[in-house]
Amino acid sequence: MEPQEEKPIIYTMENKPIVTCAGDQALFTSLYTPLAQQLPREPMEWRRSYGRAPRTIHLEANFVQFKEELLPKEGNKALLTFPFLHIYWTDCCDIKVYKASVRDNMMRWQGNLRLHGSADWVIVVVETSDAKKKNKTNILPRSSLVDKIRNDFCNKQNDRCVVLSDPLKDSSRSQESWSAFLLKLRTLLLMSFTQNLGRFEEDMRTLREKRNQPGWSFCDYFMVQEELAFVFEMLQQCEDALVQYDELDALFTQYVLNFGAGDGANWLGSFCSPVKRWTGLLLRRPIDMEKRDGIQSGQASLLELRSYLFCRQCTLLIFLQRPWEVTQRALELLHNCVQELCLLEVSMLEGALDCWVFLSCLEVLHRIEGCCDQAQLEANVSHTVGLWAYATDKLKSLGYMCGLVSEKGPLSLELNRTVDLLAGLGDEKAETVHSLQSPYKKLKEALSSVEAFERHYLELSHAAVEMYRAIGRMRSAGLVGKSLAEFYMRKGDPEQAESFLQNALRSYVSEGWSLLVTHTRKQMAECQKLQGKTETYLQTSALLAGDANLTNEERIHFCQEILTFANQSTDSKAQKVTLSMSSFAQLKQLQFRPATATVHSGTALQVELCLRSLMPVAVPLEQLAASVHLNLEQGETNGKTRGPQRRPYPETVLFPLGNSSAMPPSAAGPSPELEEIQDCSPSDPRSLNSTGMVCKNTHLVMRRHDSSPSPDTPNLVSPVPVVMDDGANMLMSGDVTLLPGNNSIVFSVPSQELGTYTLRQLCATVGQVQFILPHISPLVHYEVYSQESQLTVEPLTDQLLAGLPQRAKVRLQTGHYTVKKGDALQLTNIDSMPILTSSSCPATILNSTAERVDESVLFIQSSDKVTCISLPPTPPYHTLEFQLEVLCVIPSDPVRPENQRLTNGEIRHRPRSYNLPDNHMTAINQRMSIDCPWSIYSTPISLTFYIPFKAKHSLLSAGNRKYIQVCLQNVSDVNFHLMDQRLTEKHRESSLELQSLNTKAQQLVYSKQSLYYVWDVRWKENMPLCLQCVFSASFSSASEEVSAFKPYHYAFQLERVTTLYSVRTEIMPAAGQQNCHSGSLCGLEMSITRLAEPEDDEDDRGTEKKGQTETEEVCSTKLMYKVADGSSSWVVYGRSSGLVSMPMDANANHRVQVELMPLFAGHLPFPDIEVFKYLPPSANSASQPDTDGCVENDTLSLLVRPLDDQGDTASIRSQGTVHSVGSGEQQSRVLPMPRLEPFSPGQVFNHSQGCQVLVLPSTDGHVLEINAT
Amino acid sequence: MAVCIAVIAKENYPLYIRSVPVQNELKFHYTVHTTLDVVEEKISAVGKAMADQRELYLGLLYPTEDYKVYPSHMIKNMAVTNSKVKFVIVVDSSNTSLRDNEIRSMFRKLHNSFTDVMCNPFYNPGDTIQSKAFDSMVSAMMVQAS
Repeated sequence: MEPQEEKPIIYTMENKPIVTCAGDQALFTSLYTPLAQQLPREPMEWRRSYGRAPRTIHLEANFVQFKEELLPKEGNKALLTFPFLHIYWTDCCDIKVYKASVRDNMMRWQGNLRLHGSADWVIVVVETSDAKKKNKTNILPRSSLVDKIRNDFCNKQNDRCVVLSDPLKDSSRSQESWSAFLLKLRTLLLMSFTQNLGRFEEDMRTLREKRNQPGWSFCDYFMVQEELAFVFEMLQQCEDALVQYDELDALFTQYVLNFGAGDGANWLGSFCSPVKRWTGLLLRRPIDMEKRDGIQSGQASLLELRSYLFCRQCTLLIFLQRPWEVTQRALELLHNCVQELCLLEVSMLEGALDCWVFLSCLEVLHRIEGCCDQAQLEANVSHTVGLWAYATDKLKSLGYMCGLVSEKGPLSLELNRTVDLLAGLGDEKAETVHSLQSPYKKLKEALSSVEAFERHYLELSHAAVEMYRAIGRMRSAGLVGKSLAEFYMRKGDPEQAESFLQNALRSYVSEGWSLLVTHTRKQMAECQKLQGKTETYLQTSALLAGDANLTNEERIHFCQEILTFANQSTDSKAQKVTLSMSSFAQLKQLQFRPATATVHSGTALQVELCLRSLMPVAVPLEQLAASVHLNLEQGETNGKTRGPQRRPYPETVLFPLGNSSAMPPSAAGPSPELEEIQDCSPSDPRSLNSTGMVCKNTHLVMRRHDSSPSPDTPNLVSPVPVVMDDGANMLMSGDVTLLPGNNSIVFSVPSQELGTYTLRQLCATVGQVQFILPHISPLVHYEVYSQESQLTVEPLTDQLLAGLPQRAKVRLQTGHYTVKKGDALQLTNIDSMPILTSSSCPATILNSTAERVDESVLFIQSSDKVTCISLPPTPPYHTLEFQLEVLCVIPSDPVRPENQRLTNGEIRHRPRSYNLPDNHMTAINQRMSIDCPWSIYSTPISLTFYIPFKAKHSLLSAGNRKYIQVCLQNVSDVNFHLMDQRLTEKHRESSLELQSLNTKAQQLVYSKQSLYYVWDVRWKENMPLCLQCVFSASFSSASEEVSAFKPYHYAFQLERVTTLYSVRTEIMPAAGQQNCHSGSLCGLEMSITRLAEPEDDEDDRGTEKKGQTETEEVCSTKLMYKVADGSSSWVVYGRSSGLVSMPMDANANHRVQVELMPLFAGHLPFPDIEVFKYLPPSANSASQPDTDGCVENDTLSLLVRPLDDQGDTASIRSQGTVHSVGSGEQQSRVLPMPRLEPFSPGQVFNHSQGCQVLVLPSTDGHVLEINAT
Repeated sequence: MAVCIAVIAKENYPLYIRSVPVQNELKFHYTVHTTLDVVEEKISAVGKAMADQRELYLGLLYPTEDYKVYPSHMIKNMAVTNSKVKFVIVVDSSNTSLRDNEIRSMFRKLHNSFTDVMCNPFYNPGDTIQSKAFDSMVSAMMVQAS
């Protein structure tokens, strides 16, 4: 490097530490190039004091010719010009030459150095082999010269003398020598750095410590420390350089803060002077010398100091490749400066700071853009966007300040201000004069005209919004958008503003910031008003009028806006403005009167609404209407099935609180409506199959919340147009005044048409404005139904007992029919069930809710056929109740064949009686028909009565004497008194005498118990073939005190009463024995005697076929007997049955002998003797061919044989048995086979019934049987 | 020391917000609302890494400058709780004596008080905080400022 530089220009990056060269200049010049090249080639580790981290450093040097002036004078703190090393070059190899000149020269050089206290020197002895060879004679060995030099100069500092051998030759020796030299040089340089910088820092620190002394100047100190920074920068230690600036920054900041706290330093006074220039940051130069000079001279303003400081920091940071730190620091700096200016109370032209901030923001952004590529910039928008927004903000405020935003343009005052501001900018800096987009130009242009301002402002704003959007800071974007909207509003361009406001409003609403919502909405209202969007404006006004965040005056203002519009007298054709009601009033609750919400048609139903008005003042409503939807599907006419108490209705329907703007969005969302479900098994409703919870409004709960807000949210920016249903039924209520707060409004609901009504919408009309609640949720229904008149007759007790007077309740539900005076029920009389009620009976009238309304008396008129009950006047949908006393006559004969005709011509249904199984009572259905005034048809009414008794009869015989036994069983649950039991003949024709063998006293028959009665039957002449008797008794309920006895009849018929035959049996022991013995045969002799005279045509077979009308059969010629031993104590030997032919005459006797063997010993009952009529095969059956007889014989023979083979008892082998078997078959086949016919119970009398015979055990005693039971 | 203290619900609506110069309330609301942008950004960026750390304090995140009424900028310090409820303290930065650890202790106090509110069986999580104790605690923090 040529040593012509007198005063180094501080261009730090190009600066190098200064090394002076003395001695042989020609030699140095020859060596300069390799030296300058090789010095920085290898790094050195720089170990430093104070424990600072060692740094690797590539050393460079600026070699200058040694001059005495270069040596720093006492007190000169400049470090950049400080020579760190002094080198003396010599290639002297001749000791004489050395002694002659070089030595003195060196001495002088060293003396100079010592004079200035510099100890950093080195002597380089360059040795060339050429020089050696030239003059060998008086040449000292090189080493000796070096030694000499060392001896002379470097006392004990041998390393201060270096030998460089053959530096210009390319030999290994030369290489070695070079590297040794370089290493030495580097080491010495570093040593010098460490030493000199350490000393410098020491001084600097001392200076800093004096900062509280009067007269200390920050600017001076600044220069000192910056010097250090410069050196670090020169050494490419930017980190360290930055540290110096940061320290300065912090120191200054602290002073400002202390000043704010009242601890003012004198030197700060210069920074408190009014700021005259606000040129903004200037980052294009590494060092802004202009400002530096200002600082050096102590004339810099605070802004200039800060600008300079930041400029330096920025340069270093960018050098360190930390551009994003620049943006961050820039923002901090700008904020900080604003605050510091305030703290120091620096007077500044209004807006000047804004100019400065604006320019600075843009300058920083430009600087960053200049050193980063596009991709990097896009990836780090989050670092730059703050500056963009800040610049936007500042420009906006400048615009407002300078009257560039108003519609009319700036005023003269504002123009003056603009001029002042522009003056403070000064001239544009040379660096940016030629760039088209410099911040300076931008600001100047923006402030020059309204249009230019708008262009620049919009450009910036949109850029900021875009960036915020890009990095997802939607709220910030919204905020910038909002200020854009404000700008547009100032410009009188509400159309543009609206969308920004809507965006912001949507965000605030969705996040539930009520205060922001209110504020934005106010702006919105203004915007909409300017645009003349009546509907939306009114809607917003309504929302604002109900907004609790506003003052009452504001609310009233907005409310008044609505009312004013509403009361405008526009022509009636104009469409009414429809608004959502939710902002106007909230439906709180709804109540039906009656609470069941179910009425029959024509009845008054009232709905009471509780409407909470959100308006601050009373609002007179012309009309409040609720539209209802009629659903005809259900409940139209089938009033019978749906009574008034069909479903339990809640008394009041509460509506969930409508989401006001103050409500957080989460709470405003639908809460899940849960319902418990239970699944019961169909077979047993008590057992549970499964149970669970069901969310009924899944579609609402599960809806994505981040999607567009639900249309019915009242907070929506532009409310969805609500449409009022037309043509629906309306509930009207006119001239209502809604007071602030809760209002109660009562609607009368028309209930003419039948069906289920659903409340759909609510509409409040205020003049030209309609407030509509589009949905009423939860759904509210009411129902109008109609009911036909109904007449029911029900027993008053569980069971109606026949034969006794019973009460039945008649219930008349009038339905829609009004019972007028004179209306009457006409009951057809039934003989078997007379109505006992006397001419008047009390009746009760109940209303639809089963409350007793009235009582009156019914008049009952009875004629032959009809009972007429005149009804009291009863309003519709009421119930008339009264009681009728009826009596069901017990039919004496259960078999009554003929049909009767009712008086009104209907076929009379015979009272159907049927026996319930077991001991149950016989039921009788009594049907009557009632003619009602409301219908042309008769109402059939059926009542079931139960007969409390069951009677049985039986015929008892004793030889020829006859007895009749009647068993009366009380099957009811009631105890009865019985008296006056009689048995009479139905037709008193024969000379029968029935003699009672019973007690005459009144008897008590308990429930489920029986009484038996016996009569002795006597007759004088012939016994009639058929006895028709009636048993009658009087009974009364034992529980009743007044015992009105009612008759009970039981008719029955006895046939073939006369005893025809008597059978007498005797058992005789075997011959020669006293008693029968078991196991031994004994004889049974039976004697059948005819007791009655046979009739004439007794033998007629044909009569049998004539059926029941045949009554003349008395006897037959042939009888069949059968010894049937039921107790298997006898074995019949031989034939057990046989045919007996009885003579026709009376007292004819027939004896039969049968051999028996008793099986057991003891008193054995006689075996039963059964006697049958034997009817031989019909001879006069014309259709019967003769061949049948053969067939019959064949079958007989066929039947006999297998029986023989079986070898069974004699009784089976007998012919008669075969006959009887045959007769059984014959009956089923209706073949002309011989038949057996049993006698009626009284026709054969067995004398030996119940007789016993003593049987002794068998004599041989082999078998002893003990029968123990 | 604090000029505005806000508790923000997980869904980003204010559970509680109170500021000292009442006439400036709106501005604070705007500021706190906008701050949520940065909070969300910070949480999503750091959230996973910091999930298991106990430190919920996010530090100074959103410096602004208000030149109109308060020619000073405000420092907002934020903390995010485990329930994703956010606390925001706005500090007037002209109060320079405030140190980081003081802010931290304010957050600790705020957090504790909030926990007490949550422990109230009659408090429905998600409702705005109307607790008097909480209010007085916040007042105390604000009173220190004036």
